Amino acid sequence: MAGTPRRMRPLRNIYAKIAAIPMVLTALVVFVGGTLWTVTYSFTNSKLLPKLNFVGLDQYERLWSNSLWLTSIQNLMIFGILSAVLTITMGFLLAVLMDQKIRFEDTFRTIMLYPFALSFVVTGLVWQWLLNPDLGIQEFVRGLGFATFEFDPLSNPDTVLYGLLIAGLWQGTGFVMCIMLAGLRGIDEDIWKAVRVDGIPRWKTYIFVVIPMMRPVFITTLVLVASGIIRLYDLVVAQTSGGPGNASQVPAMYVYRYMFTAQNLGQGFAASTMMLLSVLIVLIPWAYLEFGGKKNG
Amino acid sequence: MADITSQIPASARTGATAIGSGPRGPKPRRRLSPGNIMLYGTLFVVSVYYLLPLWVMVMTSLKGMPEIRMGNIFAPPVEVTFQPWVKAWSEACTGLNCDGLSRGFWNSVKILIPSVFFSIIIASINGYALVNWRFKGSDVFFTILIFGSFIPYQIMLYPIVILLREMGIYGTLWGLVLVHTIFGMPILTLLFRNYFSSLPEELFKAARVDGAGFWGIYFRIMLPMSLPIFVVAIILQVTGIWNDFLFGVVYTKPELYPMTVQLNNIVNSVQGVKEYNVNMAATLLTGLVPLIVYFASGKLFVRGIAAGAVKG
Amino acid sequence: MKSMKLAAFLAASVALPSMASAVELEVTHWWTSGGEAAAVAELAKAFDASGDKWVDGAIAGGGDTARPIMISRITGGDPMGATQFNHGQQALELVEAGLMLDLTDVAEAEGWKDKVYPPSLLDSCTVDGRIYCAPVNIHSPEWLWLSNKVYEDIGIPVPQNWNEFVASAPQVEAAGKIPLALGGQPWQSNLAFGALTVAVAGLDVWKQVNIEKNMDVAAGPEMLAVFTAAADARKLAAKSTVQDWNQATNLVITDQAAGQIMGDWAQGEFQVAGEVAGKDYTCLPGLGLNKYLSTGGDAFYFPKLDDPEKEAAQKRLAALLVSPEVQVAFNLKKGSLPIRGDVNLDAANDCMKKGLEILAGGNIMPSGDQLWSPDVQTQLGDLQAEFWKSDMAAADAHAKYLEILKSGL
Repeated sequence: MAGTPRRMRPLRNIYAKIAAIPMVLTALVVFVGGTLWTVTYSFTNSKLLPKLNFVGLDQYERLWSNSLWLTSIQNLMIFGILSAVLTITMGFLLAVLMDQKIRFEDTFRTIMLYPFALSFVVTGLVWQWLLNPDLGIQEFVRGLGFATFEFDPLSNPDTVLYGLLIAGLWQGTGFVMCIMLAGLRGIDEDIWKAVRVDGIPRWKTYIFVVIPMMRPVFITTLVLVASGIIRLYDLVVAQTSGGPGNASQVPAMYVYRYMFTAQNLGQGFAASTMMLLSVLIVLIPWAYLEFGGKKNG
Repeated sequence: MADITSQIPASARTGATAIGSGPRGPKPRRRLSPGNIMLYGTLFVVSVYYLLPLWVMVMTSLKGMPEIRMGNIFAPPVEVTFQPWVKAWSEACTGLNCDGLSRGFWNSVKILIPSVFFSIIIASINGYALVNWRFKGSDVFFTILIFGSFIPYQIMLYPIVILLREMGIYGTLWGLVLVHTIFGMPILTLLFRNYFSSLPEELFKAARVDGAGFWGIYFRIMLPMSLPIFVVAIILQVTGIWNDFLFGVVYTKPELYPMTVQLNNIVNSVQGVKEYNVNMAATLLTGLVPLIVYFASGKLFVRGIAAGAVKG
Repeated sequence: MKSMKLAAFLAASVALPSMASAVELEVTHWWTSGGEAAAVAELAKAFDASGDKWVDGAIAGGGDTARPIMISRITGGDPMGATQFNHGQQALELVEAGLMLDLTDVAEAEGWKDKVYPPSLLDSCTVDGRIYCAPVNIHSPEWLWLSNKVYEDIGIPVPQNWNEFVASAPQVEAAGKIPLALGGQPWQSNLAFGALTVAVAGLDVWKQVNIEKNMDVAAGPEMLAVFTAAADARKLAAKSTVQDWNQATNLVITDQAAGQIMGDWAQGEFQVAGEVAGKDYTCLPGLGLNKYLSTGGDAFYFPKLDDPEKEAAQKRLAALLVSPEVQVAFNLKKGSLPIRGDVNLDAANDCMKKGLEILAGGNIMPSGDQLWSPDVQTQLGDLQAEFWKSDMAAADAHAKYLEILKSGL
């Protein structure tokens, strides 16, 4: 540990302390302060302007009896589970394919990863256009002679989430693939020599040797994907605006809608506090697994 | 975890790729084996899925509206027109403002440059202080920072409105720069911290013996040695800030709207019929900057997201 | 020395005409469709002609998108010069917090009290006896817009009320057209429902529910009948997949859909498309059943700015917006009704004249924005959005409706 003070003196490392002021302020004022502020005001009946008029758990009671919120949660669960499972499975499979000493690896990777450089707004608009029933894929296939072909996920409340999923996967799998590939490349080459000597088939090696070894990578990816999903906002706004009806509403939209459109800040804060809670549910077990045994740093 | 985290800074230091030293899978067999056909076939199909939207965007943006209504979306234009691009860039209207995306583009540039600069400078100093000048509680702040990067933005949306108001910079360019600096801090600090901790400690110790101070070591030793990681950070920030939508919409006013917000505005201000070709051209224009950064930076981009992601 | 003085004098004299009066005011609004933009251009033109400068701050995506941005800018301490809101409770808390400019002296000087009609418009701008907004138009949402061509092609007469419209729907569908165009945004379903309430249940029921807030009536069979009617209507709109209201209007303009329930602002779109009222399209106020119009609308609020020069300009703009010339020019383009009875609207088309007649006859009622808080309005919108785009039973929706109203008491 270079620079670790041997004796505690307040003036020691004074420049380092001054230099760290932005970080300390961000951590304390914005992240801790902002969170506490929002949580506190979630117990008030603030309307358009925040007011400290406490009403106990009223906002939370109303939140959990509001069918729009319940729909949002349900949508997020369906989208989240499918999206997490599919991005990770596809990302891993693609990484395995990419790890077969293939030619043009850079080209393939470039192709798979470029959507990640685009914003969700761009992604949402492109897929809205591709899934447009009158002009997009449906019309194209019909033009090929399949007159009854139906592929119109965005206008049907039952399928709109899958429409979002197609766009979400398009944007995100390349990224997961890259992390997985880094994980695969991180595995000791001796393992491959050993299994080759033992004559174990390749697929078995992946399932029984590689995947268990990559457990931390999978967990990290899951945490990353999950925290991204909880925040899901831009994509939905650009692709469906939460429609048709409320069929693709998500919690982040609910927060925004109640904070600003309905002029009910208290309700919006209560909803965002629930979002924070769900992040903690994902994060704390992970932090425990990750940092639990060993010392941080 | 250690296998990857230790590897990324190491490879960054040597300038090799983050992906390590090349494929580690079993050796490939004959070139035209059934396995290989399957392999390349699958990769080809996957590539089509990834490329199709881009193809459709480009093709649609070069067609006139009548052709869009008649033809299919995958076909190349019969008659190439650049009118949609011109319109998207300089003529599309939101209300009475008919200057297209050009204003948003320059706003984004104006937001981007100071945001990237300040967020990276501050984060690199954070990382440097965290590794070489640890003080009591520094790890606590770092942990808060990392946790902070997972907090849904929505929860801090309103407190930041108040913060910016109290500072008197709400709705200004600098307000948005500050927001980007704050939210870029966790991931960048992590990136620099991991990188600096991979540098040999002896360098730092020797400089200390020579009497160099905090800033001296930072500017004369750390900065010159860490150019690759600065490039990675710049790539991360340029794409991230350029693509931001939420902060742009909440913390600025119409005349300062970044390009993404203006894109959404233009696409949503339908006057009469939706002009899909203009929308697609506008979408492409907005995606152009991150795409250029991405294609130009190649493997550095991959290293950036892998390095940032692995522990963040 | 002399030449320097001369130069300074010259510079001053050149700069003077523009500097003396031109005060820039940023005006935010959500008028971005073709007809709306044309109407805003009239306001901007008039303001610029009076020597000031209108800086347009249009925000796309409708009021639900725009209002949050406006409000956070005002509360965030970066207010614009003037901003659109619907009259009523949307800006109430901002006024109470002292963030809005008091326009009472302008109103008195211009005699708004005697001229603004119906008076309820000015009442909505009044908080504790002071006036805080300048109403610019009256918008009534209870209109059914029909494409004449669709009915000509089928060979049946254009329906004259909602019931005939529903009866004609099977034939419209058989001809491969969408009977009812409806955009996907929540407020549009809410609007259609409101129009159906007055048309189906009648004005008395509507008043008892929304003005007297009588929950027994709200729970009664009349309101259930409205939900049943809405359930029928949603079947007619099943094939309408557009999002924005003006895209839905465009379906009617291009004869792909037979009709749309939309406010009188739809007229601006027909006009921009060059269609003629009575010939190309038909409008039925009150859905042709109960010819009442609600008189909500748009108003401009002026956030307090610490700049006397700008404040003077804000007041000039407020006076200008209500002045007869601007009222005529703006409302003809917008398709809405003027807020004063003393202007000459000979240039108005058929539909506007129908509206004016109803207005003059006093068959008016306050709008939802004036009666319920944005919180309740948002929830009602969400309920309607869900109801219109799913197969929720009428009785279930009715029960939820009641719950939401009760939460707003």
